[in-house]
Amino acid sequence: MFRRLETTGGDHVEFEFDGRRIVARRGDSVAAALLAAGIKSFRTTQKSGAARGPFCMMGACFDCLVEIDGETVQACAVPVSQDLLVGRCKQVSLSPRDEQ
Amino acid sequence: MVDIVIIGAGPAGMAAAIQADECGASVMLLDEQQEQGGQIYRNVLNADTARLAVMGDDYAAGQSLASALDRPGVLRELSATVWRVDPDGTVTYSVKGVARQVIGRQIIVATGALERPVPLPGWTLPDVLTAGAAQILMKSNGLVADNAVLVGCGPLLYLLAAQMCLAGAAPKALVETQTRGDTWRSLKYGMGALRGWRTLSKGLGLIAAVRRAGVPRYKAATDVRITGTDSAEAVMFSCGGTAREIACDNVFLHQGVVPNTQISRSLGLEHRWNHRQRCFEPVVDVMGATRLERIHIAGDGAAINGAKAAELQGRVTACDVLVKLGRIDPARRHNLVRPLMRALAGQMAVRPFLDALYPPSAEILRPADDTPVCRCEEVTAGDIRNYARIGCVGPNQTKAFGRSGMGPCQGRYCGLTVTEILAKENDMSLQKIGSYRVRAPLKPVTLGELASLAETNGTPTVEEDHSHD
Repeated sequence: MFRRLETTGGDHVEFEFDGRRIVARRGDSVAAALLAAGIKSFRTTQKSGAARGPFCMMGACFDCLVEIDGETVQACAVPVSQDLLVGRCKQVSLSPRDEQ
Repeated sequence: MVDIVIIGAGPAGMAAAIQADECGASVMLLDEQQEQGGQIYRNVLNADTARLAVMGDDYAAGQSLASALDRPGVLRELSATVWRVDPDGTVTYSVKGVARQVIGRQIIVATGALERPVPLPGWTLPDVLTAGAAQILMKSNGLVADNAVLVGCGPLLYLLAAQMCLAGAAPKALVETQTRGDTWRSLKYGMGALRGWRTLSKGLGLIAAVRRAGVPRYKAATDVRITGTDSAEAVMFSCGGTAREIACDNVFLHQGVVPNTQISRSLGLEHRWNHRQRCFEPVVDVMGATRLERIHIAGDGAAINGAKAAELQGRVTACDVLVKLGRIDPARRHNLVRPLMRALAGQMAVRPFLDALYPPSAEILRPADDTPVCRCEEVTAGDIRNYARIGCVGPNQTKAFGRSGMGPCQGRYCGLTVTEILAKENDMSLQKIGSYRVRAPLKPVTLGELASLAETNGTPTVEEDHSHD
C-alpha cells in the first residue's frame, strides 16, 4: 500500500475510475493516483484473466493500461485532470488478435 | 529542419543539448515525460527540500543540469513519444495523440536504460513493481510503500532501501541474490573499484544506512517466488538452507539495468553481446558514432555506465556531431573532449567490479518452466523451451510459435530472457541467437495519429514554457 510522504499540500484534482471518485494531486499520473488511492489491479489479461497493475511506471511495460475516451492508454503516461473519466479496459485492443 | 534532434532528456540528452547549444547548433530535444530529467532526475525541478533530502545528493545534483537546459537555442518537445527514426534523420513522434515529424541533420539517441527483466514466479502480480518504478513514485508523487520487500541485487536496490528508510518507510527486508562466489569473482576488479572509490564509499554508506535502520538482509537467496492471488502477499525463498516466507504488501524487483535498444535495433544497427553485463549493446565508437552517418548514441542506451558517465558521454557525442555539422573543427573537439574522457574513465573504473559483484541471478536468466517470461502475451519459460525443442532457434521465430514479444511492450521485458533461454536450449552463443527484430512503430499508434501526421519543421507543438524561470 502506498502513502503520501507529504500529507498536506498540492492542488487536489478529482477524477473517476470505473465509476469510483478518486481524489488525486495535480501532477499525478493516472497510475500514481490510482496506486495512492489503494487500487492495485487496473485490468485483467486477455489470455488468462490475471489481474495486472503498474510495473515499470515509465511507459515501457504496458501493464497499467486503462481506457480513456474509448482509447487504450498507459495510465502512467497520462496526467490526471479534473473530472477525467477513466475506465477499466474491457479488451486490450492493442494486439492484432482483436481485429480478427 | 534542425541541426540536431536529441531523443531522450536524461543526463546524456540534456548534456548533449547544452554542449550543442554552447557551440551554436540548433537543437530539438524530445522526451516522453512532461519534464526534462529522464528517469534518474525525474521531476527534479519540482522537488522541494524535503523530497531532495530523502532522494539524496546524487538526485539533487540533477537540478543544475536540468535547469541549465532552459536556453532559447534548445527547443523542448515534451510529452512526446518517438515511434519511428529513419536513417535520413527523420524522427516521427506523437504528442497527445497528434503525430509529427522533425528532420535533424544529425540525431543523438539518448534513450537510456530499462530495468533488466526479472522473470520469477509471481512477478506479474499487481503490487510487484520494479525498483525504478518505486523510485519514480517517490520522485514524482511523494509516494512510499510501507511493508515492502526488495528483491534482487545491485547498487540501486541499496539506494532505494536507503531512501525508503529516510522517508520513514523502511523496507521489511532485502532479499538479495548475489552469492559469496560473486564477491570472490569481483575482487579481481578491486583495483578498478579503488579508482572509483567515491562510488564505492557511497555504496557502503547506503548499506550502512539500511543496516542502521534494522532492515534484515537475506543474502544468496534462491528459489525466490512471490505469492498472492490478486496481488502480492508474500515473498518466499531459501536462504542458507532455510525456507523463508515474508508477508508484505509490495515487492520491488531489481537485477540491474540494460540499454534500451529499441531505436538502435529498429535502425538495423549491429549489436554486440556484453558478457559482463549480460545484455546487448549497439556498436558505437568512443564518440558514440554508429555506422549510420546521421545517427549517434550516447549514455546508458549505448552502454550501462550510470548517470554521471552518461552526462559526460552526452557532451562527448555532441562534440563529434558538431564537427560533422561544421560547427567546430577537429582541433576544438580534441580540446573539448580530452578532459571529458579523463573524467569518463574515472566514472567507468568501478563498473567491472560492480558487474561482477552483482550479476543477474541464475534463476532469472533461466527461469523455471512455469514462470511467465512474456508478460503481455503470458508465454512461460517452459513454452519457449518447447519451441526450442521443436526447432525454434531465434527470438523472431518464437513470435510465430506462440506470440512472445508480440504484445504492446514489443519485447522490452522478455527479449533478453528469450535470448538467454534459446541460447541455452540450442547450445548456441547469445550473439548468434540475437534478439527480436524491432520495427516502427516503436510504440502502438492509432490510425487517427497516423492520419494526423504533419511536418513541424522544428516548431514544437507546445509553446515554450518558461514557468521555471
